[in-house]
Amino acid sequence: MAKENILELKDIYVSFDGEKVLDGLSLDIKDKEFITLLGPSGCGKTTTLRIIAGFLEPDKGDVFFDGQNLVGVPAYKRQVNTIFQRYALFPHLNVYENIAFGMRVKKMPEEKIQKEVTDLLSLVNLEGFEKRRISTLSGGQQQRVAIARAIANRPKVLLLDEPLAALDLKLRKDMQKELRNMQQKLGITFIFVTHDQEEALTMSDRVVVMDKGKIQQVGTPIDIYNEPKNAFVADFIGESNIVDGVMKKDYLVDIAGHSFKCLDKGFEENEAVDVVIRPEDVDIVPSKQGEICGEVTSIAFLGVHYEIIVDIDGFKWMIQTTDAAKVGDKVGLIIEPDAIHIMKKSEYSGLYGDYSSYSDEIDQLSNPDEIAEDIADE
Amino acid sequence: MNKKGFGSRIVASPYILWAALFVIVPLIFVAYFAFTTPDGAFTLSNIAQIAKYKKAFFQSVLYSLIATIITLLISYPMAYFMTKMKVTAQKMIMVIVMLPMWMNFLIRTYSWISILANKGIINTFLSRLGIGPLKLINTPGAVILGMVYDFIPYMILPIYTVMSKIDDSLIEAASDLGANSFNRLKKVIIPLSFPGVISGITMVFVPCVSTFYISQKLGGNKNLLIGDAIEYLFNSGPDFYNVASALSLVLMIMILVCLFVMNYFTDSEEATIL
Repeated sequence: MAKENILELKDIYVSFDGEKVLDGLSLDIKDKEFITLLGPSGCGKTTTLRIIAGFLEPDKGDVFFDGQNLVGVPAYKRQVNTIFQRYALFPHLNVYENIAFGMRVKKMPEEKIQKEVTDLLSLVNLEGFEKRRISTLSGGQQQRVAIARAIANRPKVLLLDEPLAALDLKLRKDMQKELRNMQQKLGITFIFVTHDQEEALTMSDRVVVMDKGKIQQVGTPIDIYNEPKNAFVADFIGESNIVDGVMKKDYLVDIAGHSFKCLDKGFEENEAVDVVIRPEDVDIVPSKQGEICGEVTSIAFLGVHYEIIVDIDGFKWMIQTTDAAKVGDKVGLIIEPDAIHIMKKSEYSGLYGDYSSYSDEIDQLSNPDEIAEDIADE
Repeated sequence: MNKKGFGSRIVASPYILWAALFVIVPLIFVAYFAFTTPDGAFTLSNIAQIAKYKKAFFQSVLYSLIATIITLLISYPMAYFMTKMKVTAQKMIMVIVMLPMWMNFLIRTYSWISILANKGIINTFLSRLGIGPLKLINTPGAVILGMVYDFIPYMILPIYTVMSKIDDSLIEAASDLGANSFNRLKKVIIPLSFPGVISGITMVFVPCVSTFYISQKLGGNKNLLIGDAIEYLFNSGPDFYNVASALSLVLMIMILVCLFVMNYFTDSEEATIL
């Protein structure tokens, strides 16, 4: 992807009431790519989007769009359009007029507007909805109108602020695919904001993982998943066992009292490191054959596989396997060298413990109030 | 279901009784008096006498229209800028707007006399500067000023309430789609605040058109309105109740027609494209 940068954010600082929201953020966005800003609530992803849209001016820093500095340019003069979290469709206008809004402002001739709106409605599969009032549409339909309205102005960059958060799971999955297809068909740069890591991984060309107003890692979904830069990224993206390790030498790491071969090098001798092992990369064997051993403390059947928690010297590992086990069983673990990923120690080291409080975590993730709070926080 | 209906009927009954006793029954009396002679015989002559009060009717409507337009022109921008302020400032201004309403209506009107009178505050000040005295009191302008002053909170309140409820993201969406501040006002803020404007207009125009006190105190004898005529007739003794009732009835019908037209506007506003 040797495309040119369409958007360059340079060293952006924003604070609200003395609280740092963006802390020296720099990011290059390439033309026609699908890039996702991913992070927990309050990480600054929506703020970044609002700065690009022009709803917010940074305290410090520059935003270059096609080489031109956007700082100080009001939102209505920018060639970017936004799909808002709650769609922000005009309740006093019908579907047709909502989509035509931008073209009306530009004073396009009426025949052209009519043709455009018809084309856009068929693009989003809403033929015949012209005269419908916004309040009579379902969430998914409103979403489609919002998309049509935003791309009617033919923006070079489309900003999407958690546009799927309000939809139910099935619809969300469909819309993910549709948005992705639409992005490829239209050839517009999509900047997508979400706190849903799965959504980010499935849709994006590149993912930007953010926390505390800083970018933690930028990369393709595969890079982000397989080579997380620090414990935060490893924990936020997918399930992971983050254990303390010591790098004995290149390609050899000590974990839980056993030396494992790995594929990483370039660390100091005996350097303390964080080691990420994904639950699906661990094999369970009878305890005598294992490299390390432990006791099964809980097991859950999830359909495709079992999710087993194994206590190894007090640290609870999560293992996803198709082999059944029973609570109380002694089992051995085998970890292949390519399943081990070594990270430098960071400010996040030690923050993400083991899976001893795993059930709590599930409660938290599925608590709708908390999700609503997250949205409100943004 | 039935039980619930019964329960809600019990709860509603005091209000229904109240409405029947103090709204419907008096209205029937007004209608009865309007179409009868003092002896109780049916007649249309009371209604016919309205022709004599054409000028008062005309003035009432004219002054009220002017006063309503002025209140709207002051209130709309004020409500708009209020919504742009900090919440504490908004509350502060709200209190200032409401404050005069805590005072008696008659006292508020009276105080304008001492301000506008020939030897009032303004003219005293002007004479020190060697100007005047200007004729301020007993003019149509004074009546309209009184109306605007007395009823302006009823315009600000509904407009402000509706405006402060407009979702910020709608305004952001408009600028996102290329609308500058003028277009945002024209295409989003004004249409969305229209229901507030309509109820503001109704709440100012209706009391203006039927007022009598303001015109008597600030308008002198020349600027009598239909409300003054009705009050004068009722005070002139039982013989005049019938004509007074006829005037009241006609005024009421006029106001109802106005309300109906207003409602029609709000409804069609929501159903059609701007």
